Amino acid sequence: MPSDPLQLSAVEIVAAVRSGDLTATACTEAFLDRIARTNGTLNAFLCVDREGALARASDVDARRRAGRPLGPLAGLPVGVKDALCTADLPTTCASKMLAGYRPPYDAEVVARLRRADAVIVGKTNMDEFAMGGSNENSAFGPVANPWDTSRAPGGSSGGSAACVAADMAPVAIGSDTGGSIRQPAGLCGITGLKPTYGRVSRRGLVAFASSLDQIGPMARSAADCALTLEAIAGHDPGDSTSLTDAVPDYSRMLDKPLTGLRIGRVPEHFAAGLDPEVARGVEEAFAVFRELGATVHDVRLPHAHHGIPTYYLIAPCEASSNLARYDGAHYGHRAEPGGGHRAEPGKGHRAADGRDADATAAFESPLVEMYCRSRAEGFGPEVKRRIMLGTYALSAGYYDAYYAKALRVRRLIRQDYLDAFESVDLIGGPVSATAAFPLGEKTGDPLAMYLVDMYTVTANLAGVGGISFPCGFTAGGLPIGFQLQAPALAESLLLNATDRFQSLTDWHRRRPPLAV
Amino acid sequence: MSSASPSLSRQDVAKVALLSRLALSERELDHLTGELSKIVGFVSQLADVDTSAVEPLAHPLDSQNVFRDDVVTPSLTRESVLRSAPRHDGESFLVPAVLGETGAA
Repeated sequence: MPSDPLQLSAVEIVAAVRSGDLTATACTEAFLDRIARTNGTLNAFLCVDREGALARASDVDARRRAGRPLGPLAGLPVGVKDALCTADLPTTCASKMLAGYRPPYDAEVVARLRRADAVIVGKTNMDEFAMGGSNENSAFGPVANPWDTSRAPGGSSGGSAACVAADMAPVAIGSDTGGSIRQPAGLCGITGLKPTYGRVSRRGLVAFASSLDQIGPMARSAADCALTLEAIAGHDPGDSTSLTDAVPDYSRMLDKPLTGLRIGRVPEHFAAGLDPEVARGVEEAFAVFRELGATVHDVRLPHAHHGIPTYYLIAPCEASSNLARYDGAHYGHRAEPGGGHRAEPGKGHRAADGRDADATAAFESPLVEMYCRSRAEGFGPEVKRRIMLGTYALSAGYYDAYYAKALRVRRLIRQDYLDAFESVDLIGGPVSATAAFPLGEKTGDPLAMYLVDMYTVTANLAGVGGISFPCGFTAGGLPIGFQLQAPALAESLLLNATDRFQSLTDWHRRRPPLAV
Repeated sequence: MSSASPSLSRQDVAKVALLSRLALSERELDHLTGELSKIVGFVSQLADVDTSAVEPLAHPLDSQNVFRDDVVTPSLTRESVLRSAPRHDGESFLVPAVLGETGAA
């Protein structure tokens, strides 16, 4: 067993802790030290719980020495996206609205991680309320991509992706509403799984778009994702949309041969707009799958190109409703009377840009004024934009033309998947059109940022699962991601196919040349 | 929805801001009027999709109502919930007066 825990996979770590070759304490210390050295450069963690993590690890070690049973993730350091509630750590969703907020309960996934004896090392950075594709919408500063710190890690789970890529944790938890696990995983060269809608409980996940949100694992390999998914998936009475289907032993199905597996390839994915280097990487990945015994077939998803406009109606509509709960009364930021200019502890350009002349002259009551000012001060520009867009699309006279229309197109998009999966087992293709883009490149153009999700949103609209993993590198040394999508509840096949790919390639073993 | 790109006026956006319970500055209102017009114009391309025979799909699962027994289970304590409230009196959330009186709680 190598002495450096940073070099071990999650599967190796839990085996070593169980056998006594590695203590949970030594392992946790190694990752905490790595975080201490790299977080100043990457800003992947919004909060690090050194004390809590070491106490947890020491408890695992004590129980092992006493011969008491250990959970399946015993001693495994995990980073948790700051969109998941943690009763012992702040949960901010990277928003000033929730700065310092301490929820009264743990998210179901967090509770399951704890029951599995995982060691939560901290909360990872993200786009505010998970709205964004670059992590630049965080109220607490962007995350840097470990492969090139002048570039974005993707988003919204950018902190989770960067922390795994930079060996700050072997596993992180992300959430994916339109690609927020898969796209940053692709841009950071790691493996990220968005399970089928309902496979993992959303209770305690700060809601963005409830019919699209899904939590999933992000790690270096399919095997590590499988181990983590086994611990977090399954029905939860506290989330009535969580599925009651039994959770398979994903780890045991990883090495099944792919002989005869039919993988769909969507010709439209390779139309103009796809970077040629990414296209080459993706085509080479198809070749690897052929080598593994799979066959590749062209399939059509005729309505997939309507995915972005459909998503950018449905998600903002749901968000405008979900985010109505931030009212300055129950929890979160509250504007005080006459305090419109007294910005929160928050600093930076966002706090400044809302402080010029007030456009809303009269409020119907002091209560409404408190609501409006609290929300204006607490939310950043992208969150405001989406609330406004959703409110507009749901308002009288527009509901049928926008929201209901988008729901009809959503059915067509889902039907495309059902039809395609009649003739293929999985659909493969790019995760995003380009490798990691420079920080700042898209921040001035909301619509350009929305398009980064073009290959990923349709899986959320249809409710199916998808996984992304590295399939090559650009000449400039940036990871290229490959995406597989599967019918509902075929996570075992996604993980199996990815694991077989990773048995033949070593892209997922590469580490960024991060100078710290 | 007409297939001609709709455009939002500054007045439309101010109304949506109030419905959204967002106090916007003049500058934000200017920005958002341009941005939202552009985004709404973009999403309006869905008007060209023939959905005359398609039912809306609000949820990816063909979900049915989920029932549970009506039994009392433990819930969060008042104290743990009020701890996060910007203002409370130990029993209730405090907000500015809704009716008649002026001034904040």
